[in-house]
Amino acid sequence: MAASVGLCTRRIFRVFYTNVYLSASAVWPGSVHGRAPHTTRSLSQEAGDRSTHFGFETVQEEEKAKRVYQVFENVAQKYDVMNDAMSLGVHRLWKDILLHAMNPQPGARLLDVAGGTGDIAFRFLEYIKSQEDKMRKREARSMQTPSWQDISTNYLNEQGEEPKESTAVVCDINKEMLKVGKQKADSMGIVSGLSWVAGDAEELPFGDDEFDIYTIAFGIRNVTHIEQALQEAHRVLKPGGRFMCLEFSKVSNPLLSTIYDTYSFQVIPVLGEVIAGDWKSYQYLVESIRKFPDQEDFKGMIEDAGFYCVSFHNLTGGIVALHSGFKL
Amino acid sequence: MWPPAVNLLRRLNPRLCAFPKGACLKAAHSSSSSSVISRSSSSSSLSQPHDGLYPEHIPTTLLQKALLAVGSGAAALHDPYRHDMVAVLGETTGHMTLIQLRDNMRNDPEGYSILMKRPRIRLSTLDLDKMAAMPEGSFGKEYLRFLNENRVTPDSRAEVRFVDDEELAFVMQRYREVHDLLHTLLGMPTNMLGEVAVKWFEAANTGLPMCVLGAVLGPLRLKPVRLQTLLTTLGPWAVKNGQKSRCVLNIFYENRWEQYIEDLREELGIEPPPLSVS
Repeated sequence: MAASVGLCTRRIFRVFYTNVYLSASAVWPGSVHGRAPHTTRSLSQEAGDRSTHFGFETVQEEEKAKRVYQVFENVAQKYDVMNDAMSLGVHRLWKDILLHAMNPQPGARLLDVAGGTGDIAFRFLEYIKSQEDKMRKREARSMQTPSWQDISTNYLNEQGEEPKESTAVVCDINKEMLKVGKQKADSMGIVSGLSWVAGDAEELPFGDDEFDIYTIAFGIRNVTHIEQALQEAHRVLKPGGRFMCLEFSKVSNPLLSTIYDTYSFQVIPVLGEVIAGDWKSYQYLVESIRKFPDQEDFKGMIEDAGFYCVSFHNLTGGIVALHSGFKL
Repeated sequence: MWPPAVNLLRRLNPRLCAFPKGACLKAAHSSSSSSVISRSSSSSSLSQPHDGLYPEHIPTTLLQKALLAVGSGAAALHDPYRHDMVAVLGETTGHMTLIQLRDNMRNDPEGYSILMKRPRIRLSTLDLDKMAAMPEGSFGKEYLRFLNENRVTPDSRAEVRFVDDEELAFVMQRYREVHDLLHTLLGMPTNMLGEVAVKWFEAANTGLPMCVLGAVLGPLRLKPVRLQTLLTTLGPWAVKNGQKSRCVLNIFYENRWEQYIEDLREELGIEPPPLSVS
């Protein structure tokens, strides 16, 4: 009797639990939020045979994470070179735009998830540094003719003052990508303010309310359960913290869309083969872009995770979208 | 070019695997010479049913083939250690020639049996102990000596991916696997000069565009002394023999391990090399 009651409660629990994640595992793009049609499916899928998309392939959910891991393990060494080749350098502009929209102030703590080779984190530290330089220059300029009183207060302040240090944490599930990022940091001579953590976006190894800014650039489409990643983002952000996501999205203009599709499917795998020696990983990459929800749907998903003032901006005609939301 | 390549191959194939390709996930069966790529392609061909015409087949459009041909050619010129790029160049440019070669094989009784039986030259299919026990001067023994002296393995050949016909893909794969045997038959080592000499022979014998390109561009990397050797003695010998000998794809090498190498050379119409290359 007790056993069957336990079984019942577990089944009910699983029904509620699976409902939340089924829309993330929908095979068609632009995932729907309607929960009712999935309820009957969920009971039969308790055995764990949920399937999801891996590019245009259908795979088991457990397998997707493994396959994605292999993809990035293979491409890690040539990741930056390939990004430059595929986007003709434009990805640098997209990341710069992200930083300018973020406009971080000294003292901010950044968590960059799926940050792999560290592009966002490096830009963050540079931005903060230039902000600090600007602040110092402004202060110096405004204090050109200090009185003796001012000078003595300044000395007192300087002794007790500890500049608020901004830190960036790069979190990535893939150790190869982190390795490449660490090597880059070493060669750039960055010694402080940066840490590298191996972790899963769906289950972040951080406490609640820890970060001011959470970014995920070109990583969230590789996550098996996107809603879980969004909830984790919500959890680790401080109240007032900002969620920012750069991701490939839907192009609405039909002409640009045709050119973009042709380029994606004809040229990018060839580039992957010639430069990185890996056709299939880059085929997966362009397919996974098509499987990701469009701008409005993704905005809805972010709102569902509990973020407010969610907005998005299209970059390069919608090839990339920058989504932003706040935890209040 | 080749000694570092040989070292590279040695480092990437440290273990000889006894399992046939389908059953083994280890890097020894990697489909290309880079260990970075191996896991993705070998595990995917194992776990996913292929939707191409053969495992490892990647269907490509004409535009993609053209881009691949240009890109792989540039990459191979830029970095001669990219053997996978040379392989891709061969696959994307060789369509017409592969058809000719396949028809040639069909018209030859031994070639026809190769097309029917589809033998593969891999460490898993070769009986190395038996070959080592063969008499001196036999083809099998000489081949083994060649493998040991130059420290190469037949398992380092890339799999064919971009040929859109299953039989032609086999012809291409056979050409790649026969390459080492040609080294043995011609008595050429795997250094730059030896490789170029073999390429000249292959270009004359098979007509594959990739061989012709290699034959034309390979000498550019030779030192002047060696280049002179190539142009005066080795080259003309290779071309003459390539033209007059039987098509190298038509020979069922696996049945001829016991045959004396001199007899085999005579049968095929290949003169012994004019000088020994070290």
